[in-house]
Amino acid sequence: MALFQIAEPGQPPAPRGGCRAVGIDLGTTHSLVAVMRGGAATVLTDGEGRALLPSIVRYLPDGRTEVGYAAQARQAEDPRNTVVSIKRYMGRGLKDVAHAENAPYDFVDAPGMVQLRTSAGVKSPVEISADILGLLRRRAELALGGELAGAVVTVPAYFDDAQRQATKDAARLAGLEVLRLLNEPTAAAIAYGLENAAEGVYAVFDLGGGTFDISILRLAKGVFEVVATNGDSALGGDDWDQRVFCWLAEAAKLPPLDARDMRLLLVKSREAREHLTYHGEARITAKLSNGDVVDETLDSETFCRITQHLVQKTIGPTRRALRDAGLAVEDVKGVVMVGGATRMPQVQRAAGELFRRDPLNNLDPDKVVALGAAMQAGALAGDRGEGEDWLLLDVIPLSLGIETMGGLVERIVPRNSTIPAARAQEFTTFKDGQTGMSFHVVQGERELVSDCRSLARFELKGIPPMVAGAARVRVTFQVDADGLLSVSAREATTGAESSVAVKPSYGLSDGAIERMLRDSVAHAKDDMRARALREHRVEGERLAAAVRSALAADGAMLGAEERARIEERLAALERVLAGTDHRAIKTAVDALNRATEEFAAQRMDASVRRALAGRSIANLDA
Amino acid sequence: MKTHFELFGLQPAYALEAERLERAYRGIQSTIHPDRFAQAGDAARRASIEWSTRVNEAYRTLKDPVRRARYLLELQGVDLGMETNTAMPAEFLARQMELREALELAAAEKDAGALERQHAALRAERRELQDALAELIDAKRDYAGAATLTRKLMFLDRLDQEIDATLAEIEA
Repeated sequence: MALFQIAEPGQPPAPRGGCRAVGIDLGTTHSLVAVMRGGAATVLTDGEGRALLPSIVRYLPDGRTEVGYAAQARQAEDPRNTVVSIKRYMGRGLKDVAHAENAPYDFVDAPGMVQLRTSAGVKSPVEISADILGLLRRRAELALGGELAGAVVTVPAYFDDAQRQATKDAARLAGLEVLRLLNEPTAAAIAYGLENAAEGVYAVFDLGGGTFDISILRLAKGVFEVVATNGDSALGGDDWDQRVFCWLAEAAKLPPLDARDMRLLLVKSREAREHLTYHGEARITAKLSNGDVVDETLDSETFCRITQHLVQKTIGPTRRALRDAGLAVEDVKGVVMVGGATRMPQVQRAAGELFRRDPLNNLDPDKVVALGAAMQAGALAGDRGEGEDWLLLDVIPLSLGIETMGGLVERIVPRNSTIPAARAQEFTTFKDGQTGMSFHVVQGERELVSDCRSLARFELKGIPPMVAGAARVRVTFQVDADGLLSVSAREATTGAESSVAVKPSYGLSDGAIERMLRDSVAHAKDDMRARALREHRVEGERLAAAVRSALAADGAMLGAEERARIEERLAALERVLAGTDHRAIKTAVDALNRATEEFAAQRMDASVRRALAGRSIANLDA
Repeated sequence: MKTHFELFGLQPAYALEAERLERAYRGIQSTIHPDRFAQAGDAARRASIEWSTRVNEAYRTLKDPVRRARYLLELQGVDLGMETNTAMPAEFLARQMELREALELAAAEKDAGALERQHAALRAERRELQDALAELIDAKRDYAGAATLTRKLMFLDRLDQEIDATLAEIEA
């Protein structure tokens, strides 16, 4: 039984032939935005027809910000205020960042995340990334003619919780509603799989500008199931450039360089690396600020030799991913190559040797992630075409655990667990009469807490005094569909309860985000109230539509009383939606949400039963 | 839908068709996954996350040979007694010692080939134990015997994980 949906008079109908939800690939080197158009994903270009946006931001003393090509053109001239590869600093402290000594920035080692001092003030990686995302948002709004419904933003699969949280914060700061954080190799797999109607086990080998991911997926009948993922969130094309730079400094016997010369030679090193993909040698010439001229030639043999150890670094994670998947190389049907750095012949060779087959290169490695993200955005926004009924099942890349006595890690959610996932573990008190417990949440595969990444600390208070070992404190980890973690603890022996949810200490608090939003130039002019009204209206309309269609489809499940209650609150919401009081809308939304809680649960139970009965319920949408 | 088996429309048994389980898992996730409810109200979204989480957990439990055995025994009210009952047959323990020594030797010599061979041998041994478990649980309903075999299987699983970790260390 299909139900035709009819828009209410006076309400704008859902956009036809065009989706308002976009996919964004926020890359180390380049960023892109794509959208579903006429059933196909398309990358949106700038006024000059360029799809890639260099992920470079320049802060000018007069407060202006340049993003992309404009900033790229001035990077050697103004290296301290022109930030490249900011993705490497997301969710990272200064000590975590490789080659910081070669980066021409004025670092500020803030707690949690490193920050950069620029002529426009101290900037966090979240703000700098938000400037890139903001430009892409405006590009998309221009192309689609109005506000966006939301965005799927991609992250490296091997990004930990702090890096994911930082990315989500950046998107929010850029005024985007994040529909989902999507793993880059998974996005590529969607684009490849849907394009080629692929079935079977595939590996996605994703070497970008700053990160390496390897994901093993099982593709079957429209379900993309990630079975294992591994990688190195600090390995990418940038490292190859660094090697060329070091070789150059040695070959040309360069003295210690200033920031401008350093950036100039890094740019030249990168150009040489890219040139070597298609040529046997690359000549590097540059004029330094003291007038000296650098003129060296790098042949591909030397290049391969000085970067061999970097290529080697992709092998371990790949083997581990296969082992975690319980698969052998023979089981893999195809290896999809993603990321600009996979263009390097030695990387292609290494992947080919590892999997004993020629890698698949029929998709543009720079664009495939954004295209996949757009497809997922379309699917989440309810804009899927006929026969495009596919589903994504992804995993968390790194184990999550809690510190126990002696600095050891008790693993709670193991790596490669399918998300959403929840897992609980009981802990008890160590001393008689202990009334509080402190928890330290960590992420990583090592046994010792000191070798893992610290995500958060929190305390549970109000445990009734008991003898040691008598309290039963249940700690629950919940990982949502974005791969983000929340943790709660509850003492249950005496019925006394106390719980706390935590956000990783590397992320910014909601308050900090709000403050940044208010402070930012882009939003200062924006009327915050108008914005809140718009947001609540969208949410209210969405909820009202969902409830209406739920009542039409499954209203029979309800008793007369419950139905009347829901209808009354639905009517109340519809009444205030036309008004301008955003608080009234919010209150009505909350009330309707509460009223439909039980109904939603019943419908979900029913749909599980129907799925078991093998009936098709593709149209269940609320 | 009380048990994981019922959730997937399967008979509660140790022997199980992996493909049927996978099909049922995908079928259910296709209808209740949070991605299907991105545009729905809070209540529906929350219900979807709860269901999806539960289905993932059920799938993980049934897919894994050790967890499936423990779960079936739990349904029968048989406690594996992992905390208290550590007694294992002497012969089995002696064999475990041997395997561990071999692992340590290979680790010390960074012999990935030897580790891969141990991995393969262990896989065969685990396979045999699983067949025996199916016989004990499904046919003979000898749950005490099954508990002992499950404990053995857990020993082998642990060893297997250590081989994996050692291989990972060698590769790093």
